[in-house]
Formats: sequence, structure tokens, C-alpha cells
Amino acid sequence: MENIKISFDIIQHDFSKAGEASSNIKKVLKQLGIPSDTVRKAAVATYEAEMNIIIHSEGGVIELTVDVDKVKVVAKDKGPGIKDISLAMKEGYSTATSEIRELGFGAGMGLPNMKRCSDCFDIQSSESSPTIVTMIIYLKKAND
Amino acid sequence: MVKILVEELGLEVVGGANGLNNKYTGVYISDLLSWVMAKLQPGSIWITIQTHVNIVAVALLAEAACIIIPEGAAIDENTISKANEEGIPLLRSTLTAYQLALKIKELSRLE
Ligand SMILES: Nc1ncnc2c1ncn2[C@@H]1O[C@H](COP(=O)(O)OP(=O)(O)O)[C@@H](O)[C@H]1O
Ligand SMILES: [Mg+2]
Repeated sequence: MENIKISFDIIQHDFSKAGEASSNIKKVLKQLGIPSDTVRKAAVATYEAEMNIIIHSEGGVIELTVDVDKVKVVAKDKGPGIKDISLAMKEGYSTATSEIRELGFGAGMGLPNMKRCSDCFDIQSSESSPTIVTMIIYLKKAND
Repeated sequence: MVKILVEELGLEVVGGANGLNNKYTGVYISDLLSWVMAKLQPGSIWITIQTHVNIVAVALLAEAACIIIPEGAAIDENTISKANEEGIPLLRSTLTAYQLALKIKELSRLE
């Protein structure tokens, strides 16, 4: 398989386009013939990353890379960053406003979902800096 | 099949009629989108009171068979057009989520 690299701009607070990057990534992975459970994991993880950029950041980029043995998704934003990463990683922890919660977001399950869906999960952030989330899902060979 | 569900439960097809041949395997009820993403089993009927446009992307990504809006809740116009575009059945009932779940269980016993 050839290396594939695609990136999507994610705009702050743009709920009308929410899910577009992850839906596109899902379509691409499906077309590449990647197993459906891997596609689903990547789609769920990307959706959560996309929503976090829309809801919690000043905007950013999601980059998909596919090569022979893995799917990699990197979500990078322009800040404002996360002060306490271990707190943010806790199930149920959210700083989302009540308006956002009324829409069904802000359950505090996004980062835990991303971690659960990935074979490799890394988050880099601090106060007043960008947040960079890297997620890797390995492709297993049919005879593994 | 979702089509049979629509007929038997008298559901209103609000959008996404293209997907009525989808097969369903179970039911998941939640209004918290991250829970749906994490817990909905592919092929499930998703019952939610959320009616904004983002539910269509969630249903697609989580691979729901259809969305049912209970208790006759009003549905945003752009949610309907998105459901049409993506072919995900967007259905509505006057019943509560609980009553819907009971009826779906009853239906699976008859099949
Ligand atoms: N990209 C980001 N930029 C700034 N803060 C973030 C970002 N992603 C997550 N956070 C912080 O971490 C918290 C937990 O995130 P998450 O688990 O996705 O839950 P939720 O999005 O439902 O609040 C958020 O409420 C927010 O405070
Ligand atoms: Mg989140």
C-alpha cells in the first residue's frame, strides 16, 4: 500500500461542520479496504479529537497518515492548552459549558475514548500552548 | 430491517429514507454523544432526544442502523437534510424511549 497523508482544518466552534473530518477519514479508510473494526476505532477516536478542537481550542488541524502497518491520526490545535493532563484524562471530567452539555457533548469521555480506541496514545500539552494528540492503530495482517 | 420496524411501530420517517433497508441488531439509548460513540454496538437502533445536526455524524461514525427521536420532539431542518444526504434513517415516534424499547423487544419475539 502507498503512504497516504491527508489533513483537515478544524475551525473553533464550527458545529455545523462537526464530524466532517472524521467522516471523511472513515470513508478513506473504508476505501482502502482496512478491516471494519479498525475503521470504526479510528473514526471514533478522530471524532472525539475533532470535537475537542471545535469545543475546547482555538482551532487546529487533524492529519491522517496510513502506511502498510498502521493508521496514524494527529490532532494539533493552536491552544489554549491543558493545565493538568491527568485530570483531563479522567472519565467524566469536563470543562464544557452547560450550553455545550445540553447538546450532548461534554460527558468527559472524549480523551478516555481516544485512548481506548488506540494501540498507541500520546497527548502533549500545557497551559497557554498547543495540544497535540497522537493516536496510532496498527493494522494486523490477515494471517496474524 | 428498519423498514419493518417503521411499519410495525408506526414510526414517522422524517429523513434518510434511503437507509430503510438497513438491518438492526439491538437498541442503544443515550443522549450523551461520547457514550454513544463508545458503547453503541454497530447495527443498533439509537434512541435519543438530541435533535441537532451532529447526531447524524455520530450515528454514521458509530454505525447505528437508524435514529429514533421519541416523544414527538421537534427536529432541526439541517438535521433532516443531513440525514437525507447520508442516508441514515431519521425516525420519530410519540412514544417514550422506554415504550419504544419494549415494543422493539416485542417485535423481535414475533420475528
Ligand atoms: N484540544 C484541547 N484543548 C484544550 N483543552 C482540552 C482539549 N481537549 C480536551 N481538553 C480539556 O480536557 C477536558 C476533557 O476532555 P474530554 O475527555 O474530551 O471531555 P469533554 O470534551 O466531554 O469535556 C475538556 O473538558 C477540556 O477541559
Ligand atoms: Mg471531548
